[in-house]
Amino acid sequence: MTFLQSVVSVLYYLLVAYVVVLLVWNFRRSRKWDEEVLYIIVLIPFLLRLFRLK
Amino acid sequence: MTGRKFVFAACGLLLFASSGWSFYQSRNLEEQVVLSPGVTEVKRLGDYFDGIRGTVNDCYVYIMEGEEPGGTVFVMGGTHPEEPAARLAAWLLAENAEMDVGRMIVVLSSNRSASTATRIGGAYPPDFTIATDWGERTFRLGDRWANPLDQWPDPEVYIHYPSRQYLAYVDIRNLNRTWPGRPDGSLTERTTHAFMELIRQEEVDLFIDLHEAELQYPVISTIVAHDTGEELAAFTSMMLSDMEFNIGMEYSPPTLHGLSHREVGDHSDAVSLLFEAPEPFLDATRGKTTREQLLTGKDEFVVKAGEAGLLYEEIDESGWPMDKRVGRHTSTVLMTLELWTELNPDRPMRARGIPLYGEVLEMGLGHWLHDPAAAPPDRVVIE
Repeated sequence: MTFLQSVVSVLYYLLVAYVVVLLVWNFRRSRKWDEEVLYIIVLIPFLLRLFRLK
Repeated sequence: MTGRKFVFAACGLLLFASSGWSFYQSRNLEEQVVLSPGVTEVKRLGDYFDGIRGTVNDCYVYIMEGEEPGGTVFVMGGTHPEEPAARLAAWLLAENAEMDVGRMIVVLSSNRSASTATRIGGAYPPDFTIATDWGERTFRLGDRWANPLDQWPDPEVYIHYPSRQYLAYVDIRNLNRTWPGRPDGSLTERTTHAFMELIRQEEVDLFIDLHEAELQYPVISTIVAHDTGEELAAFTSMMLSDMEFNIGMEYSPPTLHGLSHREVGDHSDAVSLLFEAPEPFLDATRGKTTREQLLTGKDEFVVKAGEAGLLYEEIDESGWPMDKRVGRHTSTVLMTLELWTELNPDRPMRARGIPLYGEVLEMGLGHWLHDPAAAPPDRVVIE
């Protein structure tokens, strides 16, 4: 059980990192200012979790 | 990258850095304990069970050995850190109590992980400050459950060990749903297992778990007692209701598992009690969730709920201030020790230095929180 939790936890952090990369990638490619703001706002909670701050 | 993108990215980075710094500071806020002259030994929970050593829940265990031998009482604060009067009452014991007869063990942060995060989406203040005679002391507010950074993911359904009773998924991080714990379980289960080891190894006679409850919850202003503690709890309730304030007594349900008042009594020789004080801050119908509301216990919306007959405890415009809630706990501990000694003269316990309800109301709980700067460095511990 505890081992499985650890495995899921690692997979979760990998998933978070992947979403961060996607958001940054989309931010760079976007040409609309409102989408760019949205990507930045959405990115923050993912970064906070990735760096284990919240 | 265009200039516009650069500005947006810089703003985002600023938001990330400021919020991240705030969360980091809150998680790592240093809470000081000025040890009472009665504290004869400071141990760690990991000293009783290796599986918790070095983790965030490897909390301090304060031991006060009496001048004369007797029974052993273990008072636990911080099971649910978002119930701060329970934690502060234990703090007053660690900073003031001295045992004349018997032994007292005190823990202030039994689920230390839960004290490092507040309820997600709850807009709780991260900390609160108590005014003292010499300045002020700041404490983490915390949550009911262990921080998801320390224990994650939660299962779809939490199956309690060893009863196999189905409980709410999130309660796998609730210290008062994981008793008696297991050595190879989750962080919270290992924490309760370590406390059970402490109770067995220190031969605890009486276990007291301090809590607070919302006024819309029926188990409030009461002592919940395991079968073995019913007589003691009933006497304590009667004496306090006659002499100081109204407090009830409830029987620990034998089929509801994971709670300290049930499992500690079932799985050790200790008599297990749980004390509840009223905390309007936790009520679902509360207004603004502010530090002021937390400390004064004043809330016009909870008063309205009371007028509609929705509460199990009285409240008016004067609220339920922190001093009142802490004083209820300290007085209940003292009365319990006194009556324990009457009922168990072969294992007596007598404490001094602990303020009574009336004294906390008169002088404020800050009067009993001491200045770390004025204390010898070896008598100050960072929780």
